[in-house]
Amino acid sequence: MAGADSDDSLYPIAVLIDELRNEDVQLRLNSIKKLSTIALALGVERTRTELLPFLTDTIYDEDEVLLALAEQLGNFTMLVGGPEYVHCLLPPLESLATVEETVVRDKAVESLRKISHEHSPVDLEVHFEPLVKRLASGDWFTSRTSACGLFSVCYPRVSSTVKAEIRQHFRTLCSDDTPMVRRAAASKLGEFAKVLELEYVKSDIISLFTALASDEQDSVRLLAVEAGVSIATLLPQEDLEALVMPTLRQAAEDKSWRVRYMVADKFSDLQKAVGPEITKNDLVPAFQNLLKDCEAEVRAAAANKVKEFCENLPEDSRETIIMTHILPCVKELVSDTNQHVKSALASVIMGLSTILGKDNTIEHLLPLFLAQLKDECPEVRLNIISNLDCVNEVIGIRQLSQSLLPAIVELAEDAKWRVRLAIIEYMPLLAGQLGVEFFDEKLNSLCMAWLVDHVYAIREAATCNLMKLVEKFGAEWAQNTIVPKVLGMANDPNYLHRMTTLFCINALSEVCGQEITTKHMLPVVFKMSNDQVANVRFNVAKSLQKIGPVLDSNCLQTEVKPVLEKLASDQDMDVKYFAQEAISGRIKKMKRNRK
Amino acid sequence: METPTKLPPSSPSSPTTGFSVPSAEKVDGFPRRSMRRARQRRSHSSSQFRYQSSQVELTPLPLLKDAPVAELHDLFCKKLQQCCVLFDFLDCVADLKGKEIKRAALNELVESVATSRGVLIEPLYPEAIKMISVNIFRTLPPSENPEFDPEEDEPALEASWPHLQLVYEFFLRFLESPDFQPSLAKRYVDQKFVLQLLELFDSEDPREREYLKTILHRVYGKLLGLRAYIRKQINNIFLRFIYETERFNGVAELLEILGSIINGFALPLKSEHKQFLVRVLIPLHTAKSLSIFHAQLAYCVVQFMEKDATVTEHIIRGLLRYWPKTCTQKEVMFLGEIEEILDVIEPSQFIRVQEPLFKQIAACISSPHFQVAERALYFWNNEYILSLIEENCQVILPLVFGTLYRVSKEHWNQTIISLIYNVLKTFMEMNSKLFDDLTASYKVEKQKELKKEKERVELWRNLEDLQEQRLQSLTEASRNQKNLQERENTTKSQSETSAANTT
Repeated sequence: MAGADSDDSLYPIAVLIDELRNEDVQLRLNSIKKLSTIALALGVERTRTELLPFLTDTIYDEDEVLLALAEQLGNFTMLVGGPEYVHCLLPPLESLATVEETVVRDKAVESLRKISHEHSPVDLEVHFEPLVKRLASGDWFTSRTSACGLFSVCYPRVSSTVKAEIRQHFRTLCSDDTPMVRRAAASKLGEFAKVLELEYVKSDIISLFTALASDEQDSVRLLAVEAGVSIATLLPQEDLEALVMPTLRQAAEDKSWRVRYMVADKFSDLQKAVGPEITKNDLVPAFQNLLKDCEAEVRAAAANKVKEFCENLPEDSRETIIMTHILPCVKELVSDTNQHVKSALASVIMGLSTILGKDNTIEHLLPLFLAQLKDECPEVRLNIISNLDCVNEVIGIRQLSQSLLPAIVELAEDAKWRVRLAIIEYMPLLAGQLGVEFFDEKLNSLCMAWLVDHVYAIREAATCNLMKLVEKFGAEWAQNTIVPKVLGMANDPNYLHRMTTLFCINALSEVCGQEITTKHMLPVVFKMSNDQVANVRFNVAKSLQKIGPVLDSNCLQTEVKPVLEKLASDQDMDVKYFAQEAISGRIKKMKRNRK
Repeated sequence: METPTKLPPSSPSSPTTGFSVPSAEKVDGFPRRSMRRARQRRSHSSSQFRYQSSQVELTPLPLLKDAPVAELHDLFCKKLQQCCVLFDFLDCVADLKGKEIKRAALNELVESVATSRGVLIEPLYPEAIKMISVNIFRTLPPSENPEFDPEEDEPALEASWPHLQLVYEFFLRFLESPDFQPSLAKRYVDQKFVLQLLELFDSEDPREREYLKTILHRVYGKLLGLRAYIRKQINNIFLRFIYETERFNGVAELLEILGSIINGFALPLKSEHKQFLVRVLIPLHTAKSLSIFHAQLAYCVVQFMEKDATVTEHIIRGLLRYWPKTCTQKEVMFLGEIEEILDVIEPSQFIRVQEPLFKQIAACISSPHFQVAERALYFWNNEYILSLIEENCQVILPLVFGTLYRVSKEHWNQTIISLIYNVLKTFMEMNSKLFDDLTASYKVEKQKELKKEKERVELWRNLEDLQEQRLQSLTEASRNQKNLQERENTTKSQSETSAANTT
C-alpha cells in the first residue's frame, strides 16, 4: 500500500476540488457521488487534512448535492484511515445536520448514527458527545431536531456523568419552545427509553412521556402514543397500571382524531406490550370505542386491526370477548356509511372465521360475509373475495357460492377496468377452490368474455389467466373447453380479437404441450400469416418464435421455416423485421442445441 | 400598520362567497367528478358535535331591543350562554326549533355589538370569549379527499356554517366595537386562545378562512402583547408546512396578514424579522402548492425589499438556490417574482447579484419550454430592467451572449426566435463593439469548452483506474493480514493444546 500512496502528486487537490465545484449542478452531483474515488486517489492522510476541511467549509450547495454528501460520509471510515480517525468525519456531518432541508438532515443523522458505532468509547466522549451537545443547544430548531436522534446511540457507551448530562439534554428538548423539536423528541422517546436503565425510565422517561402526551399540539401528542407502546414493553407488569395506562387511556379518548387514529393504528403493538390482564380490562372497551369513533379515519384504522386484536386476546376468554364485545361492533361496521371503513373491515373479517370455528362462523360471520359480498362498493367485495381461502379452511367455500357468483359476475362487468383487472387476478384461486365443474358451468364464459374486453390490460390479464387455469385443470380440459373458443376468434372481423388469439397461443402453447400446439394451434397461426392487417402478420412471426421451443425440429424445418421466409419478404417493414428476428432467433437456438 | 382589509359581508342571508356548485353543474352538462364528491362530502365535514352528549332544550328569550336598560346586560349574558349550545348540522332536520332560536340570538348579539354603545362591559368579556371558543374551536375533521388539490377540487364546506358564520361575525364586531378595550380583552384572548385560532386556518372552507384572516388581523392590531407570539406561531406553522407536512390550507391568508405586518416593521429591521425572511419566506418557495399563495408571498418579499434594500441579495440568492428544476409552471412564477423584485431594486444592489442572476436567466432562455423562455425574454420589454442591463452591459452581455446566440439558431418555437432577435438587436445597439467581439470569439469559446470537457472525462477515467488499483492492493493487504492472523491463531491454539496436554 505504501507504494500506491507515493503517486498522490499526480492529482493535485485543486483539480479534484474544481470538480466538486463545477458550475453545472449535475456534474457537481456526479462528482460528490464519486467522492470515495477522489478520497482514494488522495490517500487517507490528504483526505483528512485537505478534502474534509474543504467539505466542511464550503457546505452551501443544492440540497441534492448535500444529500449525496451526507450519505457518502457515512461510509467514509476506511477512507480516512479507519476507526481511530473516524472523528475527522464529524465536522462536515455536524454542519449537514443543521441544514434546513429535512432529507439532508435526516441523512446526516443517519450517517452520524452509523459512524458512532465506529468510535472507541474514549473518542465517543471526547468527540461525539460534545457534538451532540452542541447540536442540542443550537440556535435554530434544525440542529436541535437532529440532536434528538443521536442521544440513544451514544448513551450506552459513555460514563455515568456524561449519561446524566445526556438525560438532561433530552429532557430540555422534550419541553422545547418549538413544536418541531418536541415532535422530534417525542418520536425518539421510545428509542431513547430502550437504552436507559430501568430506574431512569421510571424517574425520567415517564414524566416526559406524560408531558408530551398532553402537549398543546396534536402532532406532538400522536407521536407520544408510539413512544408509550415502547415504554410499556420496558416496564414490569406491576408498574404499567400506575405509570403508563392513565396516559394511554387519555390518548384513546383524545379530542383530536389524529391521536385516536394513532392509537387505533398501534393497537396490536399496544396489546402485546401491556399483556392479557390490561387488555381484558382496558383495551377491550377502548377498542370498542375506536370501532364506533365519530371519524371514519379512526374507524377504518381500528377495523384494520380487528383480526389481529382478536387473535391476540388471551385464549381463556377469547371467544366470550369476541362474541359479546367485538362482534356487535363489527356487525355495525358492515353497514358503515364510509366505504373505506367497510373495505378495511372486509380485508380482515374473513380471518375471524379461523378464530371462532365452524359453528360460530356459519351462525354469525356468514351473514356478514354475504352482506359484504353484496356491498355497493366494489373494493369491499374484492377484499372479501381475495380472502376466501381463510373461510375455505373452516366451512368450505360452497357455503358462499350462492352469493359469490352474483358478486363475481358484477365485478367482472364493473365499469372501472381496474376492478375488472383485480377480479381476474383472483380467478385461478377461485377456480381452484370452487372446482372444475362449478367453473365450467358458471365462470368459464366470463373468462372468455374478458378476452374481447375493450381495454388492452384486461385482455392481457385474461390471456395470462387462461394459462394459469390450464396449469390447474390440465391440458385435456384446455383442449375441450378453451382452445376451440380461442381459435374461433381467429376468424373475428376485429383484428384486435384476432391478435388476442395469437397472444393466447403464446401463453398456452407451453402448458398445453406439443401435441395440442402442433395439431390445433399451429395451423391457425399459419392461416393468419395471410391476414390482411400487418399487425396480425408480424405477431404471427413473433408467435412462431415464441412457440418454437414447443415444436419438434422436423416441424420447424419443414413447416415453420417456409412461413417465416415468406413473411420475411413481406411488403410491410415491421413484418419483415420480426420475421427476420424470428429466423435468426431460431438459428441461434439450433446452434446452441447442436453444441 | 393597519391596511384596510375588506370585511366579509355580515348579513347572514347575503351570499358569502363565489361558491355555487349547483349552478356550475347546470351550465356544464358533465359534472366533474370532484363536484360530485364534494356534494357527498359536505355532509361529513364537522367534527364539532361529538363533544356534547346531552342536548339542552332552548327557550326563546325576550328581544334585546325590548329590554329595559337595567336588564340589558343580564339578558345579553343569558343570550351568550344560550349560544354555547351546539347543534348537529349533519342531521339537517334535527332540532330545527333550537337552531332557529340560536340563530336569532346570534343575530341579535351581532347587531347589538355593532350598533349600540355601552353594551360591552367588563363582566361580558369572559362570557363572550367563552361563547366564541365553544363554537369555533374544534379539531378540524380529516379531509375527505386525501389528495385534496385546492386548485382542482371543491373544498369541503363546514356543515355548521349557518351558526358558525354568525359567531365569527359577532367576534369581529366585538373586536371592532368602539367600546372594545384591549386591556380587558387580553386576559381572555391569551396565547392559548391565539394558538387555537391559528390552527383553524387549516380549515378547508374558504369562507371560514376569510373571517379568520380579518379577525386575526384585528387581534394583531389591538392586542400588542400578543404580536411577537403570533409571529412566532405563524413561523412554526410555515416551517411545519415546508419541512414536514406540505399541507396547510391557510398559507395564503396568513401571508396576506403578514404582508401588512411587514409593512409596519420599524427600521432598521430587527434580526428576528430578517431571519423570518431568509429562513421562512424564501424556503416557502419550495412548496409544491406554491401557485395557491405565490401572489401573497411575492408581495411579502417585495415589501421586505422596499423596507430595507440590503436584504435584496439574500432574497435573490435564496430564490436562485431554490430555483425549480423540473416544474416549468413554478419556473414561470419565479421569473414573475424576479421581475417584481427587479422593478424596485436599487442599482447598487443589482450589481451585487447580476452575475448569478443572469446566469439563471440565460438558463431559462434556453429552456425548451417556450413559456419559460418567453417569460425570461420579456424582461427586456421592461424599461427599468433594460436600463439596469444597459448600465451593466459589460458584465451581462458576456453572460447571456452564448445562450442567445445558440438558442436563436436552435429553438423550436418561432416566437422565441423572434424575441431573441429583438434582444440581440438591443444589445447590438447598446454596445456594438462588445457585441462584435463576442460574436467573433464565440467559436473559440465553444472549442475551449469542448476541450475542457474532454479533460474532465480523462481525469475521471484515470481516477477510476487508480481506484481499481487501490482497491486491489487494499484487498490484497487485508488478505495478507488475515492469513497472518490465522497463522498466529493456529500457532497459538497449537501451543494452547500442547499446554493443556502437559497439564
